[in-house]
Amino acid sequence: MEALLSRYRNLTVLLVVVFAQLLYLAYQVRTNRDERLIRVWAVTAVTPMAGVVEAVRRNTIGFLQDYFILLDVREQNRRLKSDNDHLRMENVYFRNQLATAEHARALTLFQTQIPSKTVPARVIGNSTVITAKAVFVDRGSTSGIEKGMAVVTPEGIVGKVVAVYPLVSQVLLVTDPTFKVGVESQKRHVHGVLNCSSGKCVVEQIQNEEKVDVGEWFFTSGEDRIFPKGFPVGTVVSAQPGQGMKNVALNLSGAPGGAEEVLVVLQGIHQNIPTGPPVLQASVKTLTPPSPDGGSTPTAKPQTEADKVLERYQTLGKQQEHVYGGVGSSIPNFNAKPPGEAATAKPPAVLTETGETQPTAAPTDKPGLAKPANAPPNSGPSILGARPNAQVPVPQPAIPAAKPKVENRPVLPLGAPRRKNPTPRAEPATPSQQQ
Amino acid sequence: MNEVSDEILKPPVRESWFSRFQVVALVALTLLAIISKFYLPRLVPHTEWLELPLLLTIYFSLMRRGQIASLFFGAFVGLAEDSLSPANLPIGMYGITKTLVGYFAASISMRFNVESPVIRLVLSFFFYLFHAFFYWIMRRALLGQVVPFDLQEALVNGGLNAVVAIPLFAILDRMRLGG
Repeated sequence: MEALLSRYRNLTVLLVVVFAQLLYLAYQVRTNRDERLIRVWAVTAVTPMAGVVEAVRRNTIGFLQDYFILLDVREQNRRLKSDNDHLRMENVYFRNQLATAEHARALTLFQTQIPSKTVPARVIGNSTVITAKAVFVDRGSTSGIEKGMAVVTPEGIVGKVVAVYPLVSQVLLVTDPTFKVGVESQKRHVHGVLNCSSGKCVVEQIQNEEKVDVGEWFFTSGEDRIFPKGFPVGTVVSAQPGQGMKNVALNLSGAPGGAEEVLVVLQGIHQNIPTGPPVLQASVKTLTPPSPDGGSTPTAKPQTEADKVLERYQTLGKQQEHVYGGVGSSIPNFNAKPPGEAATAKPPAVLTETGETQPTAAPTDKPGLAKPANAPPNSGPSILGARPNAQVPVPQPAIPAAKPKVENRPVLPLGAPRRKNPTPRAEPATPSQQQ
Repeated sequence: MNEVSDEILKPPVRESWFSRFQVVALVALTLLAIISKFYLPRLVPHTEWLELPLLLTIYFSLMRRGQIASLFFGAFVGLAEDSLSPANLPIGMYGITKTLVGYFAASISMRFNVESPVIRLVLSFFFYLFHAFFYWIMRRALLGQVVPFDLQEALVNGGLNAVVAIPLFAILDRMRLGG
């Protein structure tokens, strides 16, 4: 036996080492226990160095790239932008918003937008397994991160936390072959499972009978209990019927592998699936863009009575071509009504013989009363809201219109008890009734 | 007579090589290789294919030629890599794979002239494929994880790693001589 062992000493040692590792592996799989201590040691030993290297890289290579390599490019870009400003004002307005928006700012904006409680983190390293897609972020249990939390960016989902250490966490990306995410389509709320195991991302478990359009957005459904409902996932690039299930290929909206800054969802809150495509800048409060013709700018509405009077006088002055403060300018008629008021003014009511009030006909074409600027040139009766070229019906004078009843009651103070409706007065008998 | 013949037959390269190759440098290189795998893809994009720990294991095994030392070295490197792998993968997957790589590389080194760049190229390519395929088999068989094996990608990555192995091994050779 000894001779046999000594003869095959190397092979024996190999078998022993492999067997020991197999046993250890089987123990981990059986107990479903993560060997935390070894990982903590390794991660604690490696990540500080990676953090230092990352900081050095940002401050040296990044600086050199910015300063030396991109010096001319930036200058050219600035010049081109300046030219663009003169040519297309409105376009530049929006483009500048996008160009100058830093990612961190967008992240912060997104963070304030979503109802879920999140913490920003920076990716500092990759995993050592080439087939497994995982990264390390610079936030750990001291920042409140726990295993199983979702990781997102404003553009889309990134992954989930699979291991938490004091200062760093490991995030398994959605592109990992073992990762699956519950998703829901935007239009018809078709549910499926996102799977990126084959290199490209597909939505599985969608029946052939379900309808999914190309370009349609998919959002997280919240059924996986990792991602809260309502986070954007991606758009459909192809949807074809397959054997039993539909083949739906998805283009992820976020870049899980290339994300530099992410948000870890500490406390997820489900949101509704939005009706439109997700737009991050939708809630940004900005000024309205200048009008393209460079004409009149929108002015604020008058707030006080004095503002209203001032606006009225200015309108009247402009209408009657009066220049305030100008020498030789005629005195305007301040009793005339401005065009807007003239069109919408309610005619005064007159008391009829029966004691009821009746509105009088609108006074039109009276001297001194200004016609609206956009009024049609013909003097026919105008109907509010009618098309300019529409046929105006000729009024029938034989049948009088129903007269609105206006009760002459005293105005009650707010909250005072209301009187009951008085009994209707006897209408005077018409000639037909008298006969 | 026996002692004399043993002394003569003892390969001088092996002993002198390891005696001159600083243990500290070896440990430092190993750590550097593992950290590079951890950090290099962040620094230089599209370098996920580079398997420096594997190349180091192959080099050590080829030059050391001792099967036991090589398999222990492979196990050490593999377990260190495992400890930085995603937490959903148990520790030991890379350990077993690299143990086998170390053992077989050391076994093969006795039959070939491992100083030749062509042999190194071929062996690096072969062991990369062996490593990738065996890891995939283990993941599928032991963990039940259905992960696709992209043969085309493995071949390309193997070729790239083999190309990198030539200058890397030459540098390590110089370190050996300089040490």
